Amino acid sequence: MSRTQDSQRPHRSLAWRVFHFLGSMEFAITMLITLAIASVIGTVLQQNQPYPDYVIKFGPYWFDVFEKLGLYDVYSALWFLAILTLLVVSTSVCVIRHTPSMFRDMFNLRTNVQLKSLRSMHHRAQWHTAASTEASVTALTEQLSRQGYRTRITEKEDVQLVSAMRGGMNRLGYILTHVAIIVICVGGLLDSNLPLKLAEWQGRIEVETRNLPLSQVPKESRLPVGPQAFRGSVSIPEGRASSVAYLPMRDGYLVQNLPFTIEVKDFRIEHYSSGQPKSFESDLVIYDTDLNAPLEQTIAVNHPLIYKGYAIYQASFGDGGSELSIDAWPLFAGQPEATELETKVFETRNMQWGEQTLQLEVTGFRPFNINPDPTDDDPRNVRNFGPSIQFKLRRDTGEAMEYENYMLPVERNGRDYILSGVRGSPADEFAYLHIPADEDGGVEGFIQFLHRLLDKNVISTIAAEMKQETLVSLQSQEDQVLSDSLQRTLETLVAMFVRGGFDEVREFIEQTLPEAERDSLAPAYLAMLREMLGRVYLQGLSADANNTVSEAELLFLQDAIDAIGSLPRYGSPVYLALTDFTHIESTGLQIARSPGKSTVYLGCAFLIIGVFLLFYLPQRRFWIWLSEENGQTRLDLAGMTNRNPREFDTVFELIRGKLEAVTRNSALD
Amino acid sequence: MTTTTSLLESEKTSPSAWAWRVLMLLSAIGLIGFYSEVLDVYEISIIMLTAVGMAWLGQDWPGYRWHSLVVALLSLFAVTLYGSELGRADSNFWLNYLLASQSAFMWMSALFVMATVTYFGGLFFRSTFTEKVASFLTWSATTMGMIGLMVRWRESYLHGADIGHIPVSNLYEVFILFAVVTALLYLFYERRYQTRSLGGFVLLVISAAVAFQLWYTFERQAHEIEPLVPALQSYWMKIHVPANFIGYGAFAMAAMIGVAYLLVASAQNRNANGGWSSHMPSLNLMDDLMYKSIALGFAFFTLATILGALWAAEAWGGYWSWDPKETWALIVWLNYAAWLHMRMTKGWHGGPMAWWAIVGLFVTLFAFLGVNMFLSGLHSYGTL
Ligand code: HEM
Repeated sequence: MSRTQDSQRPHRSLAWRVFHFLGSMEFAITMLITLAIASVIGTVLQQNQPYPDYVIKFGPYWFDVFEKLGLYDVYSALWFLAILTLLVVSTSVCVIRHTPSMFRDMFNLRTNVQLKSLRSMHHRAQWHTAASTEASVTALTEQLSRQGYRTRITEKEDVQLVSAMRGGMNRLGYILTHVAIIVICVGGLLDSNLPLKLAEWQGRIEVETRNLPLSQVPKESRLPVGPQAFRGSVSIPEGRASSVAYLPMRDGYLVQNLPFTIEVKDFRIEHYSSGQPKSFESDLVIYDTDLNAPLEQTIAVNHPLIYKGYAIYQASFGDGGSELSIDAWPLFAGQPEATELETKVFETRNMQWGEQTLQLEVTGFRPFNINPDPTDDDPRNVRNFGPSIQFKLRRDTGEAMEYENYMLPVERNGRDYILSGVRGSPADEFAYLHIPADEDGGVEGFIQFLHRLLDKNVISTIAAEMKQETLVSLQSQEDQVLSDSLQRTLETLVAMFVRGGFDEVREFIEQTLPEAERDSLAPAYLAMLREMLGRVYLQGLSADANNTVSEAELLFLQDAIDAIGSLPRYGSPVYLALTDFTHIESTGLQIARSPGKSTVYLGCAFLIIGVFLLFYLPQRRFWIWLSEENGQTRLDLAGMTNRNPREFDTVFELIRGKLEAVTRNSALD
Repeated sequence: MTTTTSLLESEKTSPSAWAWRVLMLLSAIGLIGFYSEVLDVYEISIIMLTAVGMAWLGQDWPGYRWHSLVVALLSLFAVTLYGSELGRADSNFWLNYLLASQSAFMWMSALFVMATVTYFGGLFFRSTFTEKVASFLTWSATTMGMIGLMVRWRESYLHGADIGHIPVSNLYEVFILFAVVTALLYLFYERRYQTRSLGGFVLLVISAAVAFQLWYTFERQAHEIEPLVPALQSYWMKIHVPANFIGYGAFAMAAMIGVAYLLVASAQNRNANGGWSSHMPSLNLMDDLMYKSIALGFAFFTLATILGALWAAEAWGGYWSWDPKETWALIVWLNYAAWLHMRMTKGWHGGPMAWWAIVGLFVTLFAFLGVNMFLSGLHSYGTL
């Protein structure tokens, strides 16, 4: 494959041309850039999300197109692997083509140079010495060795040539750098999920997309213990064990059997004083028939356990089915009494509320909530809001509202509230209902008041009382029509308020009152409503109602009215109050087997060594041609380097000075 | 040029070079001995590596020796002033006005901006003296930045023994690291190539970083010391991040030299000799320096990416996850690999390569900042 042959035979075979094209610098650069651009796609589009999310984002048509293109898992798409493969092929061809000459270059001292070519080099010098050729050669080689150069002496008829070189390893740098790319990619291939994809195409395995209990996952979706690479995860509640890992595959998963069982004894989170998590730790026990005794080990982030080539990492955590005691308070019907419920996180159950069937799905529990303090302007000041539960209430229609209820009252402006967040979709922020806490810090006081407002007897008695006072003040006790209408209006106002809040009351006023009187009468209506609400509240307070009302009670009333005003938007006929809990956590483990890892690491070592050799170990050569001239020894020095020509100017001067000095000195001996 | 480089050669064997090496050795031994109870084997290796690196850098670079000595002395002074009370930052004169990390960073910022202006001043008035002043300002800025980082390291421990950590853990801290590293790289080459005329250009990118940094401090209160999330509690951070920033710094410098190259080339086209451009180094030298810079960046970026993969294998359960930050590191790396190969193909020198180096800076910038701002992933430690 030498130059002369190239030019002699312009018409090469196709295979030869393909080989050369693949190994050409242009092709290599094209592949590097192509790979870079292709890699961008997967960072712009979030990868491996649940498929329904993509459908929502792109619509069904584009969803299909993008799926065919493999855009949801770009880095294992066929076309992406093809680009990688081409890069590896290109690098391989390059290495194959260049390695022989590189090796030659690494060791060869180039003893066959001609004087003419030395004299045409950019770095050259020439001087004479009285010392003999032999003495000069000895002095030169000695000096060059001292400078770290390998030397060789060649005798040609009546002249001698000293060839010297250092930094031959620079060429090894080239080989290492490029071989590294191949080695890393091969190692990466060993750890990829390509074999799984192949097995899937051949129909040997099937990705499971349903949410099934482990025992029901069919055989086609389970992978036996074997030497293959995988990377999966499993979530294990405290006190429970698992001997499988789940491998995410597109929109589903596969189950990978493990040759041992992992039990989680305990999971811990430690916090900094500021509330941020400081450490996640799991106490694991490994059961394996190969072990004399179960292996106990604590893992933490950055401190995995490696057992039998399986690496077990602390990856995440979650709720492991915490046990919850809940009081369910009816808001709009029945008695103001709580029904006790025992449930667990991730449990789903039906609840009957009058006509309505609701499905309760408990989605989460948090033993504490460190949130920004709402009473503080600085969002960085945080406060612990105590435990909370998250759940959904789903109607027969399938629609669901999502709730977040706090267990303990939260203080705000000196008053205590029980918070319940509600939202219609995960995309929204929670809107919070602030229920004023009663003396015991619970919701019962509020519920009692609410139910009194719903109680027809209570309302009509109080409406009658109020009507009477009004008629007396108007001095028209005898007006039966006015009396009936007043009674009805008062009752309706309260009913409307409980049903639809102030909004509905305002709407009622707008619809019933003539426009001319609206402005003057509307405030009177609202005042009447407030008076009714106040009387209902005060009457329900205690036996000695004629005692003065405390400030606190008035504030409670005001807050309760505000809360009832927002109830119509709360969307639930029931209030669920968390009364007790047993927190059970689960730890999220990532389990991986990567048989290609050591190959990849070897490649990485090659790459680092190679790159530093290439850049920082310049290959430098010197030649000294010694001949006799007029009874003296004439020395022709030439030097060259393969990089850093600028620095070589200095190096050449330095070496020249030293060599000239030693040859002149040896003449004096 | 020739004489200076041979001067450099002989400096390596000078008594001060030897004294420096011995000092580094003793410092490493002293540190390891002093902290022997809390250091693990990895951290001891990191200290030794740092000592070797510093010994190597300082052997023929007196400026670096002085810089390190001043940083060490003033940082120790600040640590003594603090004692165990963080509150002294406000009550002690020296801390308040000079040495508390926040004050040191303010000095650094001001000095960098002054240095930039002074370098340009020197260039336009062709005043070597002004340029020397600019170099001095740059050294001072770098020294203040480094002191700030050292003192901040100590301050983090004063916040709480479990909070303490090396200040390379979030966007705020690495911006300062970027400024300091880029300046040191520049100063290194300034001496090697005996030219100060590129200073303004390189410092321009540092000034931009400083401006961003100030905005970030005042707008987002980003300077607060936060405890480390569990994923970052690893000795890997101590080597992965600095290696990365040598890469970023070198790429940034290459791009700014690219800018200088293009400006000089176009100025020379219009006006063959004379004008400010005659005071600039030759196109050839700039081309060479740009290449050197990218090669250095590429080598360290390769190292950093591999260190990152090793760390990921320990923290996330896989050496490569195609996380956006990882992927962008790969993109940056591939881009410069292509650049290096292109430069070897005939006819690709100078202008086009300079343009490409500038484009490279934007790609790098996206990997450094854009990923944190626009993309989510495992690396979301420094969000804006
Ligand atoms: C990811 C893939 C690759 C990487 C990371 C890589 C890296 C490098 C590096 C760092 C250099 C030294 C550049 C310099 O001295 O300025 C180099 C040189 C070189 N590369 Fe690559 N390379 C890759 C692929 C290829 C391919 C596919 C070819 C095939 C055409 C190739 C051919 C060469 C050649 C011929 C040299 C010059 C060696 C010399 O004489 O010093 N490289 N490569």
